[in-house]
This record gives sequence, C-alpha cells and structure tokens, in this order.
Amino acid sequence: MTSATEIDIRTEGVAAPANYLNINLGVRSWLLTTDHKRIGILYLWTILIFFVIASVAAALMRIELLTPQGDLVTSETYNKLFTTHGVLMVWFFLIPSIPAVLGNFVLPMMIGARDVAFPKLNLFSWYLFVAGGALTLWSLVRGGVDTGWTFYTPYSTTYANSHVISMAAGVFVAGFSSIITGMNFMTTTHKMRAPGLTWFRLPLFVWSLYATSLILVLATPVLAITLALMSVERFWGVGIFDPKLGGDPILFQHLFWFYSHPAVYIMILPGMGVISELITCFSRKRIFGYGFVAAASMAIAVLGFLVWGHHMFVSSQSIYAGMVFSVLSFLVAIPSAIKVFNWTATLHKGSVSFQTPMLYALGFIGLFTIGGMTGLFLATLAVDVHVHDSYFVIAHFHYIMVGGMVMAFMGGLHYWWPKITGRLYPEFAGKLAAMITFIGFNLTFFPQFILGYLGMPRRYHAYPPEFQVFNVLSTAGASILGIGYLLPLIYFLWSLKFGRVAGPNPWRATGLEWQTSSPPPKDNFERTPIVTDGPYAYSAEEDVDLNLASV
Amino acid sequence: MNEFHLFPPQASSAAHQIDWIYFALTALTFLICAIVFLPIVFFAIKYRRGSKADRSNPRVESLLIESGWTIVPLLIFIGLFGWGAVVYFDVERPPRDALQILVVGKQWMWKLQHAEGKQEIDELHIPLGRTVALTMTSQDVIHSFFVPAFRVKQDVVPGKYTSEWFKSTEPGEYHIFCSQYCGTQHSAMIGRVVVMEPEDYERWLNIGQPSESIARTGERLFRERGCSGCHSVNSKFHAPLLEGLYGKSAPLETGEIATVDDRYLRDSILLPGKEIAKGYQNIMPSYAGQLGEEEIMQLIAYLKSIGNQNPPNESK
Repeated sequence: MTSATEIDIRTEGVAAPANYLNINLGVRSWLLTTDHKRIGILYLWTILIFFVIASVAAALMRIELLTPQGDLVTSETYNKLFTTHGVLMVWFFLIPSIPAVLGNFVLPMMIGARDVAFPKLNLFSWYLFVAGGALTLWSLVRGGVDTGWTFYTPYSTTYANSHVISMAAGVFVAGFSSIITGMNFMTTTHKMRAPGLTWFRLPLFVWSLYATSLILVLATPVLAITLALMSVERFWGVGIFDPKLGGDPILFQHLFWFYSHPAVYIMILPGMGVISELITCFSRKRIFGYGFVAAASMAIAVLGFLVWGHHMFVSSQSIYAGMVFSVLSFLVAIPSAIKVFNWTATLHKGSVSFQTPMLYALGFIGLFTIGGMTGLFLATLAVDVHVHDSYFVIAHFHYIMVGGMVMAFMGGLHYWWPKITGRLYPEFAGKLAAMITFIGFNLTFFPQFILGYLGMPRRYHAYPPEFQVFNVLSTAGASILGIGYLLPLIYFLWSLKFGRVAGPNPWRATGLEWQTSSPPPKDNFERTPIVTDGPYAYSAEEDVDLNLASV
Repeated sequence: MNEFHLFPPQASSAAHQIDWIYFALTALTFLICAIVFLPIVFFAIKYRRGSKADRSNPRVESLLIESGWTIVPLLIFIGLFGWGAVVYFDVERPPRDALQILVVGKQWMWKLQHAEGKQEIDELHIPLGRTVALTMTSQDVIHSFFVPAFRVKQDVVPGKYTSEWFKSTEPGEYHIFCSQYCGTQHSAMIGRVVVMEPEDYERWLNIGQPSESIARTGERLFRERGCSGCHSVNSKFHAPLLEGLYGKSAPLETGEIATVDDRYLRDSILLPGKEIAKGYQNIMPSYAGQLGEEEIMQLIAYLKSIGNQNPPNESK
C-alpha cells in the first residue's frame, strides 16, 4: 500500500475537524446510525455488558471452588452459573467480539470503502443481537437455565426444570445477527475493495474475517435448526432426541457440534487476523509467507466443518467414525501451526518494539501454541477417553478462547483505539495490564490441565478434597486476571477525555485505515484511496520510534 | 483415594498404555514450545528496535521452509493419530471371557449388579487382575462412567447399551465419577471401585443374603412376565424359540440379517415391530414402560445363558 502520509500528530488544542463521532450527537443519532464505525461501538458497549455478567458468574464459580464441599451457592445455582457463563461468553461476547466490534469498525476502512455493503442490515443485525441478548437476560431474571451451554438432550428437553426455551430463543435470534453480519462482510469484501486492492493485497485481517464470515453463514443455520428441534421436543413432546419418545439423544450432539465446532473457529480466526496486523506493524516487516497465512485461514474454515465428531469419542458414536474425526482433527491443527511458524519468522530481521498491542500479540502466540498443542491431546483417541469432560478440556479451550481470542481482542482494541477515539491510551498502564493479564491467565488455567489429568470432571459443584490445591491456585489466578481486565476498562474510559490526541497514524502503520484522520470522517476517506502495493510495506531498516509516551 | 497427587494412580492395563501416549504428547508440546518460543525471544532481543543487527535483505517467503514446517508436523501428527487409534480400539472393545457387570445410571446414582446377582449402589467391588466388562444404560439422562485411575470413560446413554472394560493392576480404592453433566446433583453422582485380591472378592461375594444369579432372575422374569407363554415349544402362538439364538445371525422379514446381540434383544422387547424375524408375524406387544432397565438386562442375560443350548424339537 502507499506509504502513510506524514501528518503532524501534535494537533492538541486545534479545534477537532468533523468526524464520525461529532458529526451529530444525541441518542437518536446513535440508535438510528448506519455508520459501520458507530455500529462497531454499539457492539462494543453491548458485549461489554455481557462480558461483565458472564465474568461475575465465573468469579462466583471460582470462589465456590475454593473449598471441596459446596458451600457458597447450592448445586442448582452453581449449574445455572456455569450455564450463564458459557452461553453469554460464547454467543454474546466471543463470537461478536472481534468480528462485530473491530471487524465492523475497520473492515470497510481496510479495503478503502465508505461503509459495509448493506449498512441498514448492519444496524438491523445489532438490533437482533440486542433482542437475543434481552431474551437471554430475561430467562436469567426469571430464574436461569441449568443445562450447560451445550443443551444436551434428553436433559434439556425432558428433565431440566428451568427456562430452557426462552434462553434457546435468545441464542436463536442472536444467531441471525451473526448470519447477517457474515453475509455483509463477505459481500463487502467481494464488491467494495478500493481500486488496485486485489485479493492478494488484502490485509490478513480481512482474509480471516472473510473465512469467519463463511463459517457464520454456513454453520449458524444448523444451530438455529438444532435449538428449534430441541424446543419443539421440550414444548410439544414431539420425539426427536429423547429415547422415551422414540428419539435419539446422540443425534442432538451431532447437530449441536456441527455448528459448535466451526463456532470455535469463529472464535479464533478473527484473532489470528488481528495478530498478523500487530506482528507486522510492531516488527516493521512484511508478513512471512503471506499466501500461506491467508490460505491457512480458508483451510481452517473448511476443515473446521469436518471435525465435529471429536467431541463425541466416548458418546457411543461408532469407533470407526471416531477414527475419521481424529485424523481430521490432527489435520486441522496444521494450518494453525503454519500461522504460528510464519508469525515467528516475521520477527526475523525486523525492528521489534514492545508497545502494548505487541505484548498482547506475543502473549497470544505463547498461549495459543499451548492451547493448540493441548488440542492434540484431545484429538488423540485413547487420551481423549481419559481427559474428555474433565478440567483438561476446560483448560485447553480457555487457552484458545481467552489466551487466544481475548488477548487478540485486547491487542486489537489497543492498536485501533487511537483510530476509534482519536486518543491514545496510557502506554505504561497498558503494558502493565497486558502483563498482569498474561500472568493471571496462566495461573488460572495451567493448574486445570493437571486437575483434568488427575480426573476432576467439569461442571462439578463439589469435588474430592485432594483436588483443592489446584483449585485454590486457579481461583488466585482468576483474581489477578480480573485486575488485568479491570485496568484497561478504567484507562480506556479515562483516555476518552484525558488521553493524548493520537493523530491519524500513531503507529506509522501501512493499512488504509491509517491513511485517514483519527477519528475518521463519516465516510472514512476524503478521496477513495488507490492501492499500488501489497500489504505491510514496512521497512525494518528505517528506525521508527513507536514509543508514544515520548511524543 | 483421597491423597494428594500430581499424577493419577495407574491402576489398570489401559492406564499404562494411555499414559505413554500422554507423555509423548507432553514431550512434543515442550519441543514445539521450545521451537517457537526460543526464536521469538532470540529475535525479540536481537532485532529489538535500535539494535545494531543486520536487517538487510529480509526474506518474506520460502516455499522450502513452508513445506518443511507443514510436512514434518503432518508426519508426526499421523503417527500420533495411529498410536492413539490403536490403543483406543483396544480400550473400546471388551475382550471375551470378562466378568460381566450390569450398570444402570439414574439421577443421581449408579446401580450395579454382578453376574452372581449381588447388587451394589455407587460401589463396585472387583477382583484384581480379572478383566471386567460393564454393560451400561441409563434410566433417564446421559451419564458417563469414569474411573480416572483406570483411564476409562464411557457415556451411559438412555435407550441403548454401551460398554466399558478394564483390567485392574493395583489393589486399592478408586474414584468413580459421573463425567457427563446430568442435572442438579451431578457432582454427587460419585462412587468408588474397590479392587480386591481374588480370594477376598470371593469372600465378599458370599457375604450376606445368598443372591440369585442374573440369568436366574432373567429366567424367572421370562416366566412371570409371560414371555414363555409364546416363546416355547408348547405355545399355541407362532413365536420364535430363543434357545441357541444369542450371538447368531437371524434372517429378518425384510431380507436383512440381524446379529442377535444385546441391542437386538433390547429392541425386540421394547419395539417388537422394528425387526421381525423371518417367517413370523408381528403379534408381540411392546414391553416399553412395563419392564425396568435392570429387568430388561436380566432377561437378556438369561437369553445369553441359553445361547449355547440347542432349540428343543418343535415337532415333539
């Protein structure tokens, strides 16, 4: 891409020019906006609410697990807490986190477009998301749901005595928000790229969002069907899954994981895209193996559809089916490994500086590598027989979802914060929070690998006393992790008013989104940019000081 | 059972096999982490901003390197897959001549019955060194029978039979956990396996009320519930005789061939119209809701016990 225009970034005190934030004010202008940037911010606030509720549920569980016996809450409440935590974190935080917040904000700018292809649908999808969230919260207020986020039958259809249908309805509605967003992103990427921006000049974040959108559009309808069938059985007693009514409970698991395994990739692919942006910018180098990293995203999206049965090795699924799913699960690890190796190689002969986004990116590589490797334990048939449904699984997927996706989300949020708000966050506090998060995360989840191999099952309200040491370590880690999340919340809010003015391109980054002012004007660009080069046209030999504290 | 460990006790033949794969995977994880993290630390120091390192002519692509780090992991992964699959095959298929135990899971307890008829709740006593096979089903929701010290786990699914087997190698007491979330008291659906010396086990079996073997109970049910009214030589109804049937192939009306196993017999009792034996009509009523899971298992155990007998001569 063309090199960034040098603009004096010390513009403090000068009257702010018209931008998407100040062009019109008031609640109406936000609730009826079709500006992708404002919609991204609407999503940011909405998922923050769900993140806070789901975190409180997690905190209560961790406090309960300090002692072997159930003493803080009843087992019924505990079961509702982990259901709340799972449902909200998966569908109302992780899935929309990077795509709907950062993707909405930067995708059109990254490809030099004025907006997404269907701006009104984009707003509609946010309303669907809010409606789904409201239904889900309503079922919590009425007393909660105790099925776990997996809604396994026949427990959910026949035996659970809680508000299963209204919560399933909430997830169902929010799913359509996902489908619309995915379709919108795909259309935008196909039709609205700036002149000269060919597919192989696209930033890797765009590739990863494209792959994510593909999964959102193809997999989410299956979730909708599954939840609808479950509700039909629960409400009308039509036998689909309950063997007492002539149904097959394993069928539910096939349908559920046909969506929910690809959904795991919805929750990590966008994070991988963000990491490619961060690693290149903060090592001032082109990405190593661009084509392989881009193709890896697509390979993950496709192969991700073929591995759902690895959740069912001990479910009574055929052992021959188990073999096929096992070998495919090993295969899907290859493109992830390719990405990690390419990010590492990108650092070679770079000019590496360690700003907050880069700390999150390096943390991501470390935690994602551990999360990915422990995934191989679960893909290995015989080992999975032992660790399935144990804390080993909990530790593994939190290394991917929290160590991976949330680290990437935080990295991306710090990276694009100057673009979103026009202000810089305080760098020292940022680095501190990144390190606290990394330490707290490992202390929380590493002991759970040991617990899992020792045999502690997941979703246990009370447990044998010999597991206590690891649970106490984990709870201690969670309290540190909590501080790591609270700090950014405080200094981001602080920076809105007191942060230094950022200028259009504080990171001297090459992406098109950095070639417009910060915050960007309503239509993103004064003139449609023309692209003449591939992405990440950085030069490591040119010494660029990204230490914003010195600006 | 309740001492602190960093690693679970190895108390079954499978535990040793599975732990070896686990150790190999752990070693591989350390290796890969070293291969990724050491260069990151090295590059981050050497190429930190402002350092005097040579940055000329950076490479940004190499088909050779990309192929290398694609193909080498692929080969390692295929190897691991194969190793895991071989052991899984072993763990999933119960060997013959095992001690048979019937297991019924229900919210929130395990009901177990030994072939000799002795019943237990949330406890399983087994003789050391004997292969033990569990035939399991659930009365309500899905449960999962997990013995960490044996490294075995199998979901217990309503409406079907699943099986699990182990051969203990260490005497002692070990946890049984339900590992598939099954409702309010899920974490209380726990128990223990007691591995005893064979002679202690024999003594234990004979403590208390002498019990009737499972097959005998099944035989009694076969008469009391009216099965023998039709499935016998003197019956005025045309119903198949069940002696010598278990384990054989049975031709069906549809032209298909069914193997007479636990699954087939269970379905034939509960859904008699599903697979009709060739040459017969569907006149049997369903016993769904009339027989408990234990009773169905006992009936099957009886049919299994007469699986080697010759059918009585019908013309008699």
